[in-house]
Amino acid sequence: MISINGLHKQFGDLEVLKGIDLQINKGEVIVVIGPSGSGKTTLLRCLNILEVPTSGSITIDDQTADFSKSLPKRSIDLFRKKSAMVFQHYNLFPHMTAIQNVMEGPVIVKKLSKAEARKKAEQLLIKVGLGDKLDFYPHQLSGGQQQRVGIARALALEPKVMLFDEPTSALDPELVGEVLQVMKDLAGEGITMVVVTHEMRFANDVADEVIFMDQGKIIERSKPVDMFTNPKEERTKQFLNLLQ
Amino acid sequence: MFWNSFSVDPEKMERYLDIAQSSLQPLLEGAVVYTLPLSLISFILGLALAVLTALARISTVKPFQWIARFYVSAIRGTPLLVQLFILFYGLGSVGIVIDPFPAAVIGFSLNVGAYASEVIRAAILSIPKGQWEAAHMIGMSYSQTLKRVILPQATRVSIPPLSNTFISLVKDTSLASLILVTEMFRRAQEIAATNYEVLLLYTEVAIIYWIICFFLSLIQGRLEHRFDRYVSR
Ligand SMILES: Nc1ncnc2c1ncn2[C@@H]1O[C@H](COP(=O)(O)OP(=O)(O)OP(=O)(O)O)[C@@H](O)[C@H]1O
Ligand SMILES: [Mg+2]
Repeated sequence: MISINGLHKQFGDLEVLKGIDLQINKGEVIVVIGPSGSGKTTLLRCLNILEVPTSGSITIDDQTADFSKSLPKRSIDLFRKKSAMVFQHYNLFPHMTAIQNVMEGPVIVKKLSKAEARKKAEQLLIKVGLGDKLDFYPHQLSGGQQQRVGIARALALEPKVMLFDEPTSALDPELVGEVLQVMKDLAGEGITMVVVTHEMRFANDVADEVIFMDQGKIIERSKPVDMFTNPKEERTKQFLNLLQ
Repeated sequence: MFWNSFSVDPEKMERYLDIAQSSLQPLLEGAVVYTLPLSLISFILGLALAVLTALARISTVKPFQWIARFYVSAIRGTPLLVQLFILFYGLGSVGIVIDPFPAAVIGFSLNVGAYASEVIRAAILSIPKGQWEAAHMIGMSYSQTLKRVILPQATRVSIPPLSNTFISLVKDTSLASLILVTEMFRRAQEIAATNYEVLLLYTEVAIIYWIICFFLSLIQGRLEHRFDRYVSR
């Protein structure tokens, strides 16, 4: 489903991704962990071309983006459609209600009729447990509810891959559970997911594989049990020890 | 003195009331036919120009930035009255004759465009980067993002400063009297020239400007209220 090959990203003199190679199968849930500044967010952003990689290539589904060449806008658009992102700070549109936030992509970009988009958005919001909050503005919702709208907005794009960048790290502890539950349900439906998170319980329960990143490289990739009980690399051990 | 005689001499007082009353109609006519349309048309054209200029300023295309900077600098760096004189008398003297009203519209629009562009630019830049990213993530183009996400939010931020711009503009249109637009202030001058009640006429016209601006402030309050529904207070 996803194939990342030799991905590099540089900000000025700072090399943030130093050659990432990664294959992810359809339906897999991959959790990415690693210390602050290791490039986890940058990797996700590259998958949605919110950041244009310096070199390397990514294939998602049937679309390949080769960053050693300059990409025409049209192929960026096509490539971007393959994934949808859930942001750490939700980034909902504050001037639109919950349902308008979810409809926006389908109506404006996919050119779905309003009626159709509304029906679909309603279903998605019911699915994330917000069936009674359709016409609420983001500021009238709790953080956990806002993030669930964020998830519904991403799902409305019908992406092949869902990207989550620390979706619960801005939330009060008592609101984390409701968001993780929605993500668990999605994983159960067989949606391919790449999740950056510090929620080790979630990683343990839901992830098919965990990836440990440090200083722009993938250091280790293994099943959650192996990663958490028996890490191979010294750096992984150190990082996991710090978390305890 | 006008105010002394006001209370003293009943005959004079009657004359003042008479003049105030009979001048009211031509003054209001000047307001309705020239002052208000001039303000409104110039503001709308100026806003369009301001949005374009703001977008040029934040664009990554260098020549656009240069043109926008040059325009804003030239307008802000020179007196409005001088600009109006250049447009009307200056151009007229070399055979490019523009009628008073259109000349005034051009002058005021250019002025609003320059000042409001700074307001709009600041408003656009005040919208968090995450909004652009979320819009791009769902697949919007640059222009869709502007239209659907950024400008609606920037509008809310801009209402108070743009209201200021508009209220200033209404008062500044009195300068158009100097390029022969028979707007409200020019009417007052004309009437005063026939009866010499200068203080009375100019006070009267001041009060009318004040009342107009008072209503504009009310409208501003309503607009702010309407756009505030999606932010927490
Ligand atoms: N737009 C940018 N310009 C310059 N440097 C950047 C930019 N974005 C990220 N960086 C740098 O890239 C490095 C990796 O950042 P990134 O956000 O990917 O890390 P992260 O693993 O997500 O960290 P965290 O756990 O703190 O979120 C950091 O050193 C950061 O300062
Ligand atoms: Mg991050």
